[in-house]
Amino acid sequence: MSATLASPAPSGFGRMTLRLVLIGAVLILALLPVLNQMPTDSALHVSDFVVTVCGKWITYAVLALAIDLAWGYAGILSLGHGAFFALGGYAMGMHLMRLIGPRGVYGHPVLPDFMVFLGYQELPWYWLGFDHFPFAILMAMAVPGLLALVVGYLAFRSRITGVYLSIITQAMTYALMLAFFRNDMGFGGNNGFTDFKELLGMPLNTPNARSVLFYASLALLLGALWLCSAVTRSKLGRVLVAIRDAESRVRFLGYDVTQHKLFVFVLSAVLAGLAGALYVPQVGIINPGEFSPANSIEAVIWVAVGGRGTLLGALLGAFSVNALKTWLTTVAPDLWLFALGGLFVAVTLFLPRGLIGLFTKAPK
Amino acid sequence: MNAAQLTAPAPDPLLYLDGVSVVFDGFKALNALSLIIDPGELRAIIGPNGAGKTTMMDVITGKTRPTEGVVRFRDHDLTKLDEASIANLGIGRKFQKPTMFDKLTVFENLELALKAPRGPLACLRWVLGGGDRARIEQTLEEVGLASRAHDLAGVLSHGQRQWLEIGMLLMQDPELLLVDEPVAGMTDQETEHTAALLVRIAGRRSVVVVEHDLEFVRALGSKVTVLCEGSMLSEGSIDHVQNDPRVIEVYLGR
Repeated sequence: MSATLASPAPSGFGRMTLRLVLIGAVLILALLPVLNQMPTDSALHVSDFVVTVCGKWITYAVLALAIDLAWGYAGILSLGHGAFFALGGYAMGMHLMRLIGPRGVYGHPVLPDFMVFLGYQELPWYWLGFDHFPFAILMAMAVPGLLALVVGYLAFRSRITGVYLSIITQAMTYALMLAFFRNDMGFGGNNGFTDFKELLGMPLNTPNARSVLFYASLALLLGALWLCSAVTRSKLGRVLVAIRDAESRVRFLGYDVTQHKLFVFVLSAVLAGLAGALYVPQVGIINPGEFSPANSIEAVIWVAVGGRGTLLGALLGAFSVNALKTWLTTVAPDLWLFALGGLFVAVTLFLPRGLIGLFTKAPK
Repeated sequence: MNAAQLTAPAPDPLLYLDGVSVVFDGFKALNALSLIIDPGELRAIIGPNGAGKTTMMDVITGKTRPTEGVVRFRDHDLTKLDEASIANLGIGRKFQKPTMFDKLTVFENLELALKAPRGPLACLRWVLGGGDRARIEQTLEEVGLASRAHDLAGVLSHGQRQWLEIGMLLMQDPELLLVDEPVAGMTDQETEHTAALLVRIAGRRSVVVVEHDLEFVRALGSKVTVLCEGSMLSEGSIDHVQNDPRVIEVYLGR
C-alpha cells in the first residue's frame, strides 16, 4: 500500500518477532477449549476455570484496544470506558434475563424475578425486543455508541481536552453507576442480573457453551484488531496522531477535529460495548459495580502498562496485568491494589512506552 | 477581454480588512485597522512588539473574533467562519513557533496538509495517488527537504522546521499565505534561502509576511506595512517607511 511506503521502515526484526509471538499466542488460545475436552487425567487437560478466565481476558483485551485507539492514537484519555463496556454487558444481560422465561424462582412467564419481586405488572417498554438475540447485540453497540456520540459531541465541540475530558468521562460512568443502583430503573438495582440459563439455545455452564463464547470472543478480538489496525494505518490514523500531538494545528490545516474525535470515540465505545456483551455470559453476572470508576481506571492502566499507541501493547497490557491480578488476588488478595498502583508508577517512571517498548523502537 | 478590463480598474482585493478592532479586557489590540491585499501580492508587515501583528493574523484565520470591523476574503465574511472553514477557503497560516507533527515523517506531514477530502471516512479510505505523490515530492524539492522526506519531523533543525511548515502551507494550495516570523532564529544563509522561497511563492499566491528582521524584509523587495498600537502607521516601499519620521520615532529610532 502506498501509505506504508510513505512511512519509515519500522524496526523490522522486533516487529516481525512480535507478530509471530502474536500468532503463536492466538493459536495457543484457540487450542484451550479443545484441551479442556481432554480427559481430566491427561497432562494436556485444561480446567474449566482456565478457559473461562482466558475468555474473560480476551474481552478485556478488546476493551484495552478500544481505549488505546482513543487514548494512544487520538489522545482522548477516557476514564469512563468501563461504562461503554458495562452498557454492552447490560444489553446482553437483558437478553439473557428474557431467555430465563418461566424458569425463574417466581416462575413468571415473562417478567424476570427482580421485577416480580418489585411488583412490576408488565415489562417496561425499554425491555421490548431484548428477547431477540440480534436486537440485543445491536443495542450492545448502539447504546454505548449513542452515549459516546452525545457526550463526545458536547465535549469535543466545546474543545474540552486533557484532564477535563477525563473528569467528564469519569463523572459519566459514576452517574451511570448511581443510576443503575436504583431499583426503579428497571435493571435489577444493585443485584443486577444473574442466574442466566441459556444463550442461543445452548445451556450455559456447559463445555459447549464455554467453547462457543470463547471462540466468539477470540473472533471479536481478531476483528477488533483488524479494524483498529486498518484505522491506524490509514491517513485517518495519522490525522488522529496529529490531533493528539497538536490539535489546533490540525484545525488550521482544515480538518474538522470534532468529527475525527467523535468518529474514533464512537468506534471505540462500540468495540467496548461488544466486549461487554461477550463478557457477561462468560462471568454469569452483570451489576452496577461494572460502572465503577475504578474499573475504567484499571483498564486505562492495562493500556499504559502494555504500551499505548501500539495495538499490540494494549493486548499485552490487558493479558499481563490481568494474569498478575488473577494470580495475586489468589495468593495475596490484600496486595493487589498496591501492586496495581506500584505497577502504574513504575511503568510511568521506567517504561514510558510500556512493556512493548522493551521489544520495539519508538512507536508513533 | 471585456470593456471593463480595458479601463484597467484595480483588481478586486483578495483580502479586505476595514475598521477592524479587537478589544481584550479594555486593551485595544487592534484599533480600526484597515488592510488590503491584492491577488498575487507579497506584503511585509512590521511593527514593534504589541503592535497587533499576531492579533491581525488571529482575526484573519478565525482564531479571534473582531469586536468590530469588516474582514473579507473574496466574497466571504471571515468573521462568521471557524478556523477549519477559513483554512479550506484557501488561507494558510504559518505560526511564529513552527508547529508540526513531530511523530510523523516530513512526507506524512505534507500528506496531511495536501488538499484532499478532510472527513474521517474519506481519510480512512484515502489512498495516496501518483499525482498526490508527485505534488508532495515537488513541494519537498521546493522547500529543500527532499533528502529528509522519511525522517520524523521532530528531528529537523529549526530552519528546516520553518521550511517544512511553509511546505505544509503550499500543500493546502492556498490563495493567501500568512507567514508569521519565518526567519526568527535562522542563520544568514537560511534567511536568504527563505526570502528567495517566499518571493518565488508570491505571484501565484498572495503572501503576507510578519517579520522583525529588516534585512530580510528588504530582501523580499515588497510593499511594507508598519503597524503600531493596533493600527496602520505607514505603508510603502522599505525605503519609504524607513524614512518616515513617525516610523523612526516609534520603531526604528529606538
